[in-house]
Amino acid sequence: MANLQFDLVSPERRLASVETSEVVIPGADGDMTVMAGHAPTITTLRPGIMRLTHDGTTEEYVVLGGFAEISATGVSVLAEQALHRDEMTQEVYEKLISDAKELYKKHEEEFENEPGPVDDAAKLIADMVAMGTHIGLDSEQSNFG
Amino acid sequence: MPSLKDLKNRIESVKSTRKITKAMQMVAAAKLRRAQEAAEASRPYTERFNAVMGQLAASVGGSETAPKLLSGTGSDQVQLLIVMTAERGLCGGFNGNIAKLAKTHAQKLIADGKTVKIITVGKKGRDAIKRELGDYFVDHVDMSGVKRLGYLNAQDIAKGVLARFDENEFDVATIFYARFENVVTQHPTAQQIIPSSFDVAEEADTTLYDYEPSEEEILADLLPRGVATAIFSALLENAASEQGARMSAMDNATRNAGDMIDQLTIEFNRSRQAVITNELIEIISGAEAL
Repeated sequence: MANLQFDLVSPERRLASVETSEVVIPGADGDMTVMAGHAPTITTLRPGIMRLTHDGTTEEYVVLGGFAEISATGVSVLAEQALHRDEMTQEVYEKLISDAKELYKKHEEEFENEPGPVDDAAKLIADMVAMGTHIGLDSEQSNFG
Repeated sequence: MPSLKDLKNRIESVKSTRKITKAMQMVAAAKLRRAQEAAEASRPYTERFNAVMGQLAASVGGSETAPKLLSGTGSDQVQLLIVMTAERGLCGGFNGNIAKLAKTHAQKLIADGKTVKIITVGKKGRDAIKRELGDYFVDHVDMSGVKRLGYLNAQDIAKGVLARFDENEFDVATIFYARFENVVTQHPTAQQIIPSSFDVAEEADTTLYDYEPSEEEILADLLPRGVATAIFSALLENAASEQGARMSAMDNATRNAGDMIDQLTIEFNRSRQAVITNELIEIISGAEAL
């Protein structure tokens, strides 16, 4: 089975540039698995886990927004912010959650009669919480207080 | 004619100045390396980003529904200038060159009857253009508390700029920064960031992409990021340029101090010799008189 070239870059550094056989991407419209020969696609990302599988080993990265460019031979992910799974500690996670909640509160006050941005912020929190649950981190309270 | 003691003091003072400039040069060299690494690290992101944006812009750009960030507001009446300089001086012509470029640019726009608004990033540039263009200032971003330049800093600036754009406060935004070429050369550069201009992808690359969600949505999502990315790479270039400029300025200063010490030392030795000769003459003529 042919391999994919996987590149993960954030504005501050290049996190990964490896060969892999399978990548799970947290797309904005839902997760998708990319293997070699995928149709060329550009998708935006939601905060979530990106999982690479190669020779039975998996590696996980946490990405927070950005987009992915998929071609038949490779995947380039341009993440606004990205971390290796191991760098994602409870502290970092709590910071992200509290940032998301702050944004939600701010939008709630600012856009009183416009549900758009408020819903977006709520979705961001939900995405973060889901991501935390997935990698076994505690979000403390999942309500939007 | 300065006395021996005066000369000695001068030499000591120039020596300690040389120590300081030498230390600053070495600090700048270390910081320069780090700044260059940071600039290097951001390059893959920027390149890929611009490539994808170019493609998107080429396919959506022509349509009437293209986002305003890409197609512009249809006017260029109100111009926003974002002048990015350093927080500190003692870096040769770095701040002055950027300020000068921004100043001539602004004056030309004003002469053309355009409305000019200026956002300054970094204290030094603000001070440099305050006297002539102070009335046009609308905002200032203080970077003095920033130890390590991150994408977040760029995002904050971009957010402020985009909020102004949404309020229709300006039509065109241009950033001013110094592009890093090498330690001795930095080019003051003006780059238009709103409306965004991307190099349209070359003919060879005509892959047809599927878009998820739609092209327009992706473009609307990515364009604000493009602004942040452009600002981020400008900030990084600026940081490298600043350290490079400081390094060569301090190198010059150290060398000048060395030359000065040599000169002063010669003068000091001459005066000392003159004093000794004088004393000898006095002793000898005193002995002869006996």
